[in-house]
Amino acid sequence: MTAADVPIQPKKKGLTRRQKRRLSRGAQYVVFVAAVIAFAVSADWGRLKNQFAQWDIARQMFPDVITLALKNTVLYTVSGFAVGLALGMLIALMRLSSVGPYRWLAGIYIEIFRGLPALLIFIFIGVAVPLAFPGTEIVGGTYGKVALALGLVAAAYMAETIRAGIQAVPKGQMEAARSLGFSPARAMVSIIVPQAFRIILPPLTNELVLLFKDSSLVLFLGVTLEERELSKYGRDLASTTANSTPILVAGLCYLLVTIPLGFVVRRMEAKAQEAVR
Amino acid sequence: MSRPEIQVKGLHKSFGDNEVLRGIDLEIGQGEVVCVIGPSGSGKSTLLRCVNLLEEPTKGQVFVGGTEVTDPDVDIDAVRRRIGMVFQQFNLFPHLTVTENLTLPQRRVLRRDKAGAARTAAENLERVGLSEKADAYPSSLSGGQQQRVAIARALAMGPEVMLFDEPTSALDPELVGDVLAVMRRLAREGMTMMVVTHEMTFAREVADRVVFMDGGVVVEDGAPAQVIGNPQNERTRHFLSRLLDPAMAEVEEEKS
Repeated sequence: MTAADVPIQPKKKGLTRRQKRRLSRGAQYVVFVAAVIAFAVSADWGRLKNQFAQWDIARQMFPDVITLALKNTVLYTVSGFAVGLALGMLIALMRLSSVGPYRWLAGIYIEIFRGLPALLIFIFIGVAVPLAFPGTEIVGGTYGKVALALGLVAAAYMAETIRAGIQAVPKGQMEAARSLGFSPARAMVSIIVPQAFRIILPPLTNELVLLFKDSSLVLFLGVTLEERELSKYGRDLASTTANSTPILVAGLCYLLVTIPLGFVVRRMEAKAQEAVR
Repeated sequence: MSRPEIQVKGLHKSFGDNEVLRGIDLEIGQGEVVCVIGPSGSGKSTLLRCVNLLEEPTKGQVFVGGTEVTDPDVDIDAVRRRIGMVFQQFNLFPHLTVTENLTLPQRRVLRRDKAGAARTAAENLERVGLSEKADAYPSSLSGGQQQRVAIARALAMGPEVMLFDEPTSALDPELVGDVLAVMRRLAREGMTMMVVTHEMTFAREVADRVVFMDGGVVVEDGAPAQVIGNPQNERTRHFLSRLLDPAMAEVEEEKS
């Protein structure tokens, strides 16, 4: 049978394609509604409300949950991000270096720190470092330790992002800069890196969101009352009040930051798409 | 002719096993405009890129303004400041405005002060007829305008020599004229220019000399009227007939 013999409009037999498609979509709605109803009926709403939505408990969390816990979360995140960005930049440049050992070292770093759970690194910083170097204090106390631990994790991811961004800048840009008399280093700083950062702004912001959540791991360093961030604060209050409402409030505080950030990332990505044309 | 501004001696360049340049000797005098023509893959762009060492020659020497570019101890960044280069793909810096494209290299490389760099930028934008685009971003300009900005950017560094690597090949046909007009003016002002091009009209009217390259060697070198008007070599004749009248070409057997 040649292609010309294949009937484009087969004889009507049972449902048409369009009818089948409509039926299948209808079935998906039915499944969805059934699942929602099953969940709503089976959950014990009364107990859930008692445990998670006690207004007076929620009210007594303010303003501390914002002025202390959220503030610390932001502080940990931003300092970790700063350390990660600086270290990530360094590792990305090492990864692109023409000197072999630099490339290997950067590669090893990335493989190790991408492969380890962030929790393990926090424990390592909190326990192993003071043991290994007795007497040395990481500057900034808990804040310094968090910045270092989060930074070490973030740097591995950011290094790969930055490297990809630098490589995404067309080769002609470096050639143009060199032909104007820029040294390789100066061309990198003045011409290539600024363009790379425009490309990687969305993934870097995503990394910020990830760090924001990972800052909860500070729990495992042992913190003073003033150093508590959202998760620790919520958990402490939950155990003193024997109620889970603080956990819910802490969760909402995270979303207060992560959802707008996610929105910003999507806007930037859409804009970048537009710019490419 | 006094000391040649550009001098190429026994230049070889290989990419792996592929020998692209097989012994080039070429001299370009001060204020001379030389057009390099030839089929694609003949090595003409590679030759141009060897002059400012964007490609490292495998063998041979290149002198620009009496300085040996190929000397391993030369300060290549300093030499390149004297050599302007214009690329086929313009290569403007897209994150900077037109003026910033001109001022940033002056400030970072030549260490000019802000006012001086701005003044030089304005002068050179006027030279290429784009003063009114000073604050635009490259992406909002046409290809022809971008290429003229690229020429102005190179000129703002005060080069003694200008290299053009197929400056009009990426342009829509109706935009080629503006770029060639700028180049013609530059030639008239006495700039030493080495131009890799397919624009035969430009070569005939503006060039002092035309160099025809094929297979990594210079096949013919002489006045435009001679090389384009009355080519001596069979390869030159063949190339020119295909270029000037592409519709008349016959299907050929590919020889490897």
